[in-house]
Amino acid sequence: MAYLSKSPWILHYDASSCNGCDIEILACLTPRYDVERFGIINTGNPKHADILVITGGVNEQNRSVIQNLYDQMPHPKVVVGVGICACTGGIFKECYNIAGGVGEILPVDVWVPGCAARPEQIIDGIVKALGILEQKRADMSRAEAGA
Amino acid sequence: MGRQVVVPFGPQHPVLPEPIHLDLVLEDEKVVEAIPRIGYVHRGLEKLVEKRDYKDYIFIAERICGICSFIHSVGYSQGIEALMEIEVPARAEYLRTIWSEYSRLHSHLLWLGCFADSMGFENLFMQSWRIRESVLDVLEETTGGRVIQGSCKVGGVRKDIAAPQLTQMKAGLDILQSEVDDLVAVFTDEPTIKSRTVGVGHLSKKDAWELGAVGPMTRGSGIKSDMRMLGYGAYEYLDFKPVTHDDGDCYARCLVRAEEMSVSIDLIRQAIDAIPEGEIEVKVKGNPDGEYFSRVEQPRGEVLHFVKGGGKKNLLRHRVRTPTMANVPALVKTLAGCQMADVPVIVLSIDPCIGCMER
Repeated sequence: MAYLSKSPWILHYDASSCNGCDIEILACLTPRYDVERFGIINTGNPKHADILVITGGVNEQNRSVIQNLYDQMPHPKVVVGVGICACTGGIFKECYNIAGGVGEILPVDVWVPGCAARPEQIIDGIVKALGILEQKRADMSRAEAGA
Repeated sequence: MGRQVVVPFGPQHPVLPEPIHLDLVLEDEKVVEAIPRIGYVHRGLEKLVEKRDYKDYIFIAERICGICSFIHSVGYSQGIEALMEIEVPARAEYLRTIWSEYSRLHSHLLWLGCFADSMGFENLFMQSWRIRESVLDVLEETTGGRVIQGSCKVGGVRKDIAAPQLTQMKAGLDILQSEVDDLVAVFTDEPTIKSRTVGVGHLSKKDAWELGAVGPMTRGSGIKSDMRMLGYGAYEYLDFKPVTHDDGDCYARCLVRAEEMSVSIDLIRQAIDAIPEGEIEVKVKGNPDGEYFSRVEQPRGEVLHFVKGGGKKNLLRHRVRTPTMANVPALVKTLAGCQMADVPVIVLSIDPCIGCMER
């Protein structure tokens, strides 16, 4: 379990998923799984977010939107791809409008497979992302001290 | 008369789990016009009929949308069964009906939560989703999946529910009913909710009819339109009345969905009592030929599955007209003339399912 030095806020974006993973991400926030008790809040503002959670294989119209969201997030930031569509394109891989996974566009840190990914898996993925986030933060402060 | 300003709403917006873009033309606080721009979830899955045979395609039909997933698979398989003149066993029809109604329950509870969230009523959102988990538990115990079940197939269903489990489900329904009643009481009586929804986003009966709105959107405007009255599946043996309200505002649409949950619970009870013994699937041989329109009722309204086969194992065409697509013209109509602060509430009141709409 990663040590949390601050509350990580997530930004969720649906890049052409079928909703299945999206409602499971929202289910993580609700009383049964309740990740809000760890200070994880689903925010709507990319400028407040530490973790970008993306579902679905990316389609043409979403490319610029995702890039835009990613660019607006402050460093350090972590990208989590939720669901098999976000990993490879999944069942829609052969569709004409699917790029085939978020990895085609952004550097993804954590993959969460599953169709639809279960809340337990999503929480697991977010916890892994927290460790990577702490690592990135430590690297950044070291670089600043050295500079 | 103020200056007109265009405010973009979406595609990434906290109130929307899925992306849709609206250009809101504002005069001060008043919305003059809303111009939707869609295509953020378009995958092009209808073209996959060329790559998958008709039996495998049901998995894709089920993944048109993750909320109405099971009912999509029922609609698709009923279309294929009608083309190939397959008689589905009665037990399978009943099981499909039970799962369809559980799907409707989970969808409506999800929607009530999101609707409360659109007004900023965070606690109610949490309560709705807490109750929803018990519905998902039943779906998971019986089919293995929480939101995408994969238990419907062409010619029947994949999984059976044993008698002890059916009894257990019936006992669970009583607990669910009392929790749902508590929740619905908040939605009907709470002054905060009334102040945000009564008279907001009015859609008259005439407009609902002319713009071709479906599901709770029309039933909230007083039109009795419910595809379950066609008597597909096991609905012809079950007794229910479609819920309608005449006011045509967001509050009426909220009440329609809230009361439909009790209807769904009642339908599941009836189906469990009347379920016959027997096989759950028949063997499917041959390939579909001809074309057929299959109509089923989703939580959001009527969905059309058009299937066209050419005697080969791949279909020639599969076309879906999803309920949200039919409701968007009505949404644009209701948004014209509303207050800027009411936009999230009105957008949510049609129960938008963008994954369905754009496929």
